[in-house]
Amino acid sequence: METGVAILIGLFFAVAVYLMLSKQLVRMLLGIAILGNAVNMLIFTNGRLTREVPPLIPEHLYVPEVATANPLPQALVLTAIVISFSFFAFLLVLAFRAYQELGTDEVNRMRVAEPENDQTPPQGY
Amino acid sequence: MAGSSVSVDYSEAMATAPVASGDWLVIAPILITMLGGAVCLMLRKNTDIQAKMGIALLGLLVLASLGLLIRVLDHGVITMVMGSWLPPFGIALTADALGATLTLIGAIVAFCAGVYGASTVDNTGRRYGFYPFLLLLMTGVSGAFLTADIFNLYVWFEVLLISSYGLLVLGNDRIQLDGAVKYGVLNLVGTNLFLIATGLLYGIFGTLNMADIAIKVAELENPASGTLATVAALYFLAFAMKAAAFPVNFWLPASYHTPNIVVSAVFAGLLTKVGVYALIRVFVLILPESRIFMADVIGWVAIVTLLTGAIGALAQSEVRRLLGYLVIAGIGSMLAGVAVGSVLAVSGAIFYAVHSIIVMTALYMASGILNLMGGSYDLRKLGGLYQKNVAFAGVFLVLVFAVSGLPPFSGFWPKVILVDAAFQDGRAWLGAAILISGFLTTLAMGRVWIFAFWRGGPEGTPDGQTAPSVVADTSQLTGAAVWLPLGILTALIIYFGLQPEWMLELSTQGASGVVDPLGYVRSVFGGEG
Repeated sequence: METGVAILIGLFFAVAVYLMLSKQLVRMLLGIAILGNAVNMLIFTNGRLTREVPPLIPEHLYVPEVATANPLPQALVLTAIVISFSFFAFLLVLAFRAYQELGTDEVNRMRVAEPENDQTPPQGY
Repeated sequence: MAGSSVSVDYSEAMATAPVASGDWLVIAPILITMLGGAVCLMLRKNTDIQAKMGIALLGLLVLASLGLLIRVLDHGVITMVMGSWLPPFGIALTADALGATLTLIGAIVAFCAGVYGASTVDNTGRRYGFYPFLLLLMTGVSGAFLTADIFNLYVWFEVLLISSYGLLVLGNDRIQLDGAVKYGVLNLVGTNLFLIATGLLYGIFGTLNMADIAIKVAELENPASGTLATVAALYFLAFAMKAAAFPVNFWLPASYHTPNIVVSAVFAGLLTKVGVYALIRVFVLILPESRIFMADVIGWVAIVTLLTGAIGALAQSEVRRLLGYLVIAGIGSMLAGVAVGSVLAVSGAIFYAVHSIIVMTALYMASGILNLMGGSYDLRKLGGLYQKNVAFAGVFLVLVFAVSGLPPFSGFWPKVILVDAAFQDGRAWLGAAILISGFLTTLAMGRVWIFAFWRGGPEGTPDGQTAPSVVADTSQLTGAAVWLPLGILTALIIYFGLQPEWMLELSTQGASGVVDPLGYVRSVFGGEG
């Protein structure tokens, strides 16, 4: 099962990188969303995939008897999902505001902070 | 290095002994800023209380960090575990000399920024949450410096990142939106790389505790294997992005000059250094073999960062953008320390980080005053400020000397250590790059001083003539709020320059703590390691 998931993660990474290389801000944001999902699946897979075994330990034992699902990657992924969701939401709003103010969503034309015809510093008095 | 594996009796995985009262200081910087930030957020409409409360809380943060540092120096590394689950199961906060020193310096800088912001951030900025965001930023910064868990480090990075977004767009100008888009996207990509590397590291070792990973790496038969090298390369790219090292540094000059000047000052002081701190932690403490494997790459990245930063600064006419390039050049020096990796080199990097936090914040604050006095950030339009305020001209000259690494100020000693360490390690090019970068920085900053202070007036003014009256808002310059923080930071720069022994000892202690992590591991695992 790991192999299949690994191939899927690779596919996600490829799509994310392709989209993030785009000039349009909206496509970049879609790429970031997919990248976040790829990373979450990667963490999940790194915790070893197991099928239909709950992460429960019998009362009289300290360690599980059989291989069980690893709860830690699920906790990590949950944290990562919350964080990447909030960041994605912020970036969406930011991109929309930037589009409203700057009139473009093409990153090459967003040159307010770094003007295109920037003057060289003074050479003498 | 601890030889044997740490065996934990699973039935005794819970901490039962109460935490010593002094050890609560480990979590105090995080609690103060987090709770204070929350309260400030609730009172955000009451702009008068906000400034007072923010400054008081940041002052408390300075005291708590100072107490923490003193306790660390007295008792050695101290650890506090969360939720009473012992490591490696629970999350641990660990304060060693490195983390505690940087927490204290960060707190001092944040306090200065809080005071400076009291006069330069207007009511709109306060209502949009300058003080809450500043406090929450410090939560993230202190948390990153004090955590002993690598996933937790990621979480603290995110905490400081989301607060920095809030600070960056404060004021809502077009230029800020442009800067924030680039800053936001690039930093998010960097954080995702960090997370990928952490996920892979967890897959290899099954633990996230830094001390535990350090032990397990030392026990590996082939620590420079391909998988671990991949993880190390991913970590290096991620932290290089955070620290703005060449070639992933272009977000910094695009965004650091856009926000309110006090926000720029805090960012330039703290944020990139958290990236450097993470590099030291991961490459020197956790993955020493990978650092040796990648030393040449890190060294060349350091050289190019040093040179491009200084050359970029030479090509700027806008003071804030010029300073942005100097931040990058400073990062190159610290990377040089990581590349060499000996105790001497790492102590140089730590000392340089402390120096850089203080001097870059002070320079941005000084450039804010420059703007208030001269009415512009543009070198073409500045001039004649020497006549307006001689003392400020002197302070600025101190900062110019310090950032260029000239004696007798704080930049000199770490540069001497780093160059010495580079030559001792046989990396002559690295040492030469540090010296050349310092020379180019002197040129760039010397030019700022000559244009802004020395010549009579703006470009085109005939020599010998006094400056034409510039329309500038000098009403903010009368209060102590802008001068006090600059004075504190300059005093520290002079103190560290003339009396470097204290800081040298501290950074050597911090460096030996990460190069030989026995004390760190012992603190986390309660003496068994």
